Amino acid sequence: MAVTDTIRRTAAVATKDPAPDKPPNKFRQALPQYAAVSPFFILFAIFGAFPVFFSIYLSFHSWDGIGPMKWVGLEQYSYLLTDPQFWKAITNTLIIWVISTVPMLLLALVIANSLHNATRFRSFYRIAYFIPNITSVVAVTMVFGSIFSNNFGLLNAFLQSIGLDKIEWLSQPWGIKVAIASIVAWRWTGYNAIIFLAGLQAISSDIYEAAKVDGASPRQTFWRITVPLLRPVILFTAVTSTIGGLQIFTESQVLFGSSGAIGGPGDGGLTIVSYLYDNAFGSNQFGYGAAIGWALFILIVLFSIINWRLIGGNDDERLTKRAARRANARIAEQAARRQAGDAETEERKELTDAR
Amino acid sequence: MPVERIRTVVGHVVLMFGVAVSIFPFYWMLVMASNTTPDIFTYPPKLLVGSHLFENMGNVLDNIDFFGAMLITLAASVGVTVLVLFFDSLAAFAFAKYEFPGRNLLFGLLLATFMIPSQLALVPQFVTLAEFGWIGSLKALIIPGAANAFGIFWMRQYAKGAIPDELISAAKVDGAGFFRQYLTVGLPVLRPGLAFLGIFTFINVWNDYLWPLIVMTDPNRLTLQVALQQLNGVYGTDYSMVMAGALMSVIPLIGVFIIGGRHFIADIAAGAMKF
Repeated sequence: MAVTDTIRRTAAVATKDPAPDKPPNKFRQALPQYAAVSPFFILFAIFGAFPVFFSIYLSFHSWDGIGPMKWVGLEQYSYLLTDPQFWKAITNTLIIWVISTVPMLLLALVIANSLHNATRFRSFYRIAYFIPNITSVVAVTMVFGSIFSNNFGLLNAFLQSIGLDKIEWLSQPWGIKVAIASIVAWRWTGYNAIIFLAGLQAISSDIYEAAKVDGASPRQTFWRITVPLLRPVILFTAVTSTIGGLQIFTESQVLFGSSGAIGGPGDGGLTIVSYLYDNAFGSNQFGYGAAIGWALFILIVLFSIINWRLIGGNDDERLTKRAARRANARIAEQAARRQAGDAETEERKELTDAR
Repeated sequence: MPVERIRTVVGHVVLMFGVAVSIFPFYWMLVMASNTTPDIFTYPPKLLVGSHLFENMGNVLDNIDFFGAMLITLAASVGVTVLVLFFDSLAAFAFAKYEFPGRNLLFGLLLATFMIPSQLALVPQFVTLAEFGWIGSLKALIIPGAANAFGIFWMRQYAKGAIPDELISAAKVDGAGFFRQYLTVGLPVLRPGLAFLGIFTFINVWNDYLWPLIVMTDPNRLTLQVALQQLNGVYGTDYSMVMAGALMSVIPLIGVFIIGGRHFIADIAAGAMKF
């Protein structure tokens, strides 16, 4: 910038431009940059922003996609709030989310910790743990569907072989949820472990050494140092798991989509997005589908705020800072002690030398 | 130190158990795809790889247009990936390396679009595409996803640190315009970042299910994931064939990942750390 300006200015001086120094039009100069960033904004305007506003409009109407739209005011929303299926979809989604996310993040933390300590086979482990995440949900759901299958599933064969009764996993509301949660946990545990591992590697080893010198047990080290310092990373995984968990759809659609009832027996696998899909594209209630979309949006915002408060709140930040300060103080103390020790040995050395 | 050693061994045992859980569904997919369906419906179940794999794969090809679906999926994945790499890196280059009026405002706007979940406007998106007459065509899979906020954000972070300002100034002195500077200075330096974004995008488009399920309504022009679910829906009881189809759909992507994914995992972790 500066270089070209100087060149231009010297050129103007050289040719003794009679025109007064007009300020260069900043907007015109930046045209190439505007052009460069424009594809995203144009595409977003057409396929993102416009549909969002259109969906507000749509949610106040009753429309089957072909005939005329009929203004119904807030009726879609009031129907939504009184539809027991909608509440069931929310409960199901939240249950699946909790029983997949909680074990998943805990397991991921354990795996990350082991990965952090392991020096051998690291890249092998990483790839092996990451592969489930890049595998298509449709294919994975088919395999898990067969493992959980009522009659000849591997899981039931195992239960029978140790003398237990078969369980009709895919016919019972809770069995369905366990099956779906297992798929989610299988696909995302390794991913979250890799993220946690990156977080662990970013923690300075000085802090751990200080804790060791102070005689902290491994468990104390883990809960008092590792977990607080890992908080931003835990927040990231919690937020992404929440957003992903509330949008869960493919698993139940692949398991039950062709059975007529999208949620499976007793609607046990009916999620918010499958409820949206079924109403909007199964029975062509576009206005109602738009209203469900807004309900989903509000839920995601709500739960993201809750996550933020629980994990990333100001109190915790202060705690983390305090922990770091304490650790620093310890490191300083240790260093002082070591220096003192050095001085002592030197003194002793002098003494022996003197002798 | 024996205690240390025991801890290391225990750590590896835990990790190996986790690896077994990660890998087992693939093995089980292969077992079912290589046995006959009556074999699968027996107790005790067959736990080893059988000899009917090619027969089952042949059945898949007889029942669905597997290669047609794969071609559509490949076209969509390559199309989106190429456009995303170009548009996202171009925008990221401008955001990272140039001052222009409204830059911060525009970038803030871009970040704000992160907040919108993709399902929020599913219905109007479908209606919009129907107005365009794009339902059932490849355009519906490619154009709406041709540039995205995540990629621009990620590439901008990358470009900020990777491209030296001196190189851009030198290109300017040489009389290169903005687009030339992007081609000669930006692109070569951004190549590792592009590799990550490319694999990430390709995998996401390849595996996407909800969007193609809605917009690809012509039963003769389905993506692989939707065709696979169709196979499952119609021949759900023929496990060995369905699993052969699942196996065939999964293998290409694992190949891409193992060939191109060496730095991928590190990059995805690094991205999370910037959060």
